[in-house]
Amino acid sequence: MTDVVATAPAQITPALRARRELPTWRLLLRRPSFVIGAMILLFWIVCAVFGNAIAPHDPLAQNLLSINKPPSAAHWFGTDSLGRDVLSRVIVGARTILIITPLATLLGTVLGTALGLAMGYFGGWLDTLVSRLVEAVLALPAVIIAFLFIVALGASITTLIIVIGFIFTPLIARTVRSAVQVERQLDYLSSARLLGERPMRIMFVEILPNVIPTVVVEFTVRLGYAIFAVATLAFLGFGVQVSTPNWGSDINASYGLLGAGFWWTTLFPALAIAFLVIAINLVADSVQQAAAG
Amino acid sequence: MTGPGQADRAGQAPATSIEPAASPTTLQVSHVDVKYRVRGRDRLALHDVSFHIGRNESYGLVGESGSGKSTMALALTRYLPRNGRVSSGSISIGGRDPLAMNRSALRDLRARTVSMVYQEPGKALNPSIKVGRQLGEVFEIAGSDKADAALRSEAMLRTVQIADPGRVMDAYPHQLSGGMAQRVVIAMALAASPSLLILDEPTTALDATVEAEVLDLVAGLRDKLDTSVLFISHNLAVIAKMCDRVGVLYAGELIEEGPASEVFDQPRHPYTVGLLRCIPRQGQRKDHGRLDAIPGFLPQPGDQLAGCIFAPRCPIAVQQCRDAPPPAFDVGPGRTSRCYRHDETSGLPRSTPADVQLPAPATSAEPVVTMRNLSKTFASKGGHVAALAGVNLDLGLGETLGLVGESGSGKTTLARLLLGLTAPDQGSAISLDGKPLGADLAHRGREQLKALQIVFQNPDSALNRRHTVRRLISRPLVKLAGLSGTALQDRLMSLVASVRMEERHLSLRPSQLSGGLKQRVAIARAFGGSPRIVVCDEPTSALDVSVQAAILNLLADLQAKERVTYLFISHDLGVVRYLSDRIAVLYLGRIMETGPADRVFAGPHHPYTEALLSAVPSLDGQRRTRIKLAGEIPSAASPPSGCVFHTRCPRRLSSGICESTEPPLAEVEPGHLMSCHIPLDELRIMQNIGASDDNRAPEP
Repeated sequence: MTDVVATAPAQITPALRARRELPTWRLLLRRPSFVIGAMILLFWIVCAVFGNAIAPHDPLAQNLLSINKPPSAAHWFGTDSLGRDVLSRVIVGARTILIITPLATLLGTVLGTALGLAMGYFGGWLDTLVSRLVEAVLALPAVIIAFLFIVALGASITTLIIVIGFIFTPLIARTVRSAVQVERQLDYLSSARLLGERPMRIMFVEILPNVIPTVVVEFTVRLGYAIFAVATLAFLGFGVQVSTPNWGSDINASYGLLGAGFWWTTLFPALAIAFLVIAINLVADSVQQAAAG
Repeated sequence: MTGPGQADRAGQAPATSIEPAASPTTLQVSHVDVKYRVRGRDRLALHDVSFHIGRNESYGLVGESGSGKSTMALALTRYLPRNGRVSSGSISIGGRDPLAMNRSALRDLRARTVSMVYQEPGKALNPSIKVGRQLGEVFEIAGSDKADAALRSEAMLRTVQIADPGRVMDAYPHQLSGGMAQRVVIAMALAASPSLLILDEPTTALDATVEAEVLDLVAGLRDKLDTSVLFISHNLAVIAKMCDRVGVLYAGELIEEGPASEVFDQPRHPYTVGLLRCIPRQGQRKDHGRLDAIPGFLPQPGDQLAGCIFAPRCPIAVQQCRDAPPPAFDVGPGRTSRCYRHDETSGLPRSTPADVQLPAPATSAEPVVTMRNLSKTFASKGGHVAALAGVNLDLGLGETLGLVGESGSGKTTLARLLLGLTAPDQGSAISLDGKPLGADLAHRGREQLKALQIVFQNPDSALNRRHTVRRLISRPLVKLAGLSGTALQDRLMSLVASVRMEERHLSLRPSQLSGGLKQRVAIARAFGGSPRIVVCDEPTSALDVSVQAAILNLLADLQAKERVTYLFISHDLGVVRYLSDRIAVLYLGRIMETGPADRVFAGPHHPYTEALLSAVPSLDGQRRTRIKLAGEIPSAASPPSGCVFHTRCPRRLSSGICESTEPPLAEVEPGHLMSCHIPLDELRIMQNIGASDDNRAPEP
């Protein structure tokens, strides 16, 4: 005989119904879109980590005797205008983007979650101020804001991480804030206050575990946006140093030659970006749907 | 025009007048099984359920949550969720079988023959369409043109006793009060003149006074409209009042059936007996007689029991009960019971010992808490809303003060002010042991925090679902009692034992516990810091009656042991009466009456208290005069002049003093205060002698 029986009549408050639960791995692995997305993502992670070992050629080695060669048995994705192997550059190019984007998103998520907790819990002027800030950030394309910062600070991996992280912070804060406001209607917060708990403890020990599912969903969704942002900045010439293979910069360097029929130097890095973003979106969607029940 | 007795209790008619065989049956349910497919396995939700409803008969299905009441209602009109199906048995509505119907026949059945009313009127109405349009649609489907539909809608709203149908038809659902919205839903349900009306907990979400009006309305309409009613409720008293015959469901089986009055007066199944004993009946109090809770839990959906489903919890189960399921025994005219020992149910032994240790009467003259001129005004768009206006109350050591009133009367606001969750208006004063209490939690020291704790209504909301039971209960011990190490462990174990939980529960999270166990965790947490005063805000209203009984016993025990003071808030007057030593009646943020519980309940009462008491359906069958309250509770933003209750008061004086002057809260008897212009002696005469003739609100 077990006593794990739900017996309370249906008086579930709307707040309780709207909440998310963190999905289990088992639940996620039952979704084909998650499995496909995770497999593509895993492929790119392997490329980022072991890139130089996997790549058939040195991605930086120039060969002026075979420039702008179309795909062939020796160079599956062809060569670029300096005779470098496009396949190798695509493989090794995963590294920069896969270092910058998760770190930038993580930074934005950590700061945004803390800010969102404070906004939702305290409300008042803090809430008003940050909400207006969010609207300001949303009014400008993220790339343009990043632009300004990079011009001021100079392009480097660190700058990119900080800039993208800061742009994401108010956006993530806003999402976390609404989740916190749902929690605020619940009596367990009154109970905690009646025990004399401090606001910090209430925010981080009582509320935070309950909004973690929202934070996880937000992180995966933002990761996709971060890839786009990093690739776009690189394409616009605000990426990291040119010597490191980088999908965005490679597209930038070669799209002028599209008219001459040299499509492979642009197409393959572009496909790489597309696949990575699709993979992350597949994962993000699955997590979101599974979290919503 | 219905006679005065009709609205009171249909079940009081002598059983011989009910002859189901004589009238053609509207609904016939035979040996129905309903299965839900959950994770690839079939779960039996209803098993071998058979009953019938005769023409113009009212049949009640009663049972606790999880008994399958709503599943039955859904199965009748094939509204079962996708994973549910009627796996055997047959259903016949007016001779037609809904299980065999095609799409269009089914639509026709739902549109013309069967109507349903659910618990939440707000969810049954489309929030973005005006009431008149929604109601008119029902007539248009039945073939009326637009103008005709509007006329008939208006007439239908009049039928459900809406005084101003024009205004209601032009309103959106959110502009209506709960009671008004439920009337509209009933009007929609009746618009197609269905032969069967299914009411699934139609009044559970409503206040007692509104509930009483809706029940009177349904009882009156049934006579007028020639409709059979299937009434589903967890509330035995409501079923007793509304139904001719009743079926008791337990874990998906109909364990007892018969005329309502007989089933409730002489139950012939141990479960029915247990259910009835769980409810605090007229006059039962914590110091004489404990409630008899049903031990154990409902069987799990997957459990395979060879014998009677109730056997594991039954005090008189014998080997036979465990070996083979009992058939439905015929135990009287129109009565059946699925119990081998149905002849022995009257002497069913108690599962909970009846003896209670009486707390020593509070000897200290000084109250523990005094509240003086307690007010709270909320700013809102239309101005200021006085949720609480100048309340004076004392709480004595070890006593229970029951706080009653309709929703919106300020009960919860008062509790929040006392706890310090909300700061009161300037000029309010609360003191604990003679020392002033800080306005809110930020201004209260640890000793003051320790002194006041709360048990909330809904444990799902009150317990952090990410924390384990151990963490939830330990926290006040650490934070308020300042314990650590072995002292903490010892106190934790004794606290867990005192709320009748076990060590194995400590590692679980709230979602893994039943409603009753969750509420025990909340109680343990409230008592962790050894509080002086515990506010109980509807602590049992989210629980089933059998669980409620155990929680009420626990609260009474803890009070006797720890000598805490309770501020007990509940809309259930039976529960309040069981637990309270004193009562305070709130209306629009003002105290109407306060005094010793037996005085307040025995009367003479304030006219508002009288109305509240008369609205509660009773199981005990004593005929009670319904005092009807006119209209809805007025808005606290613009309270009526003079006595705030005068707009609804059935005993308003003709001199006009009620409209012009607010009566003081004066002591009418020792310890009994009342805010009414009518002298006590006159109230006594009105309520005890002349009440039944002159002061009845006329039936429409």
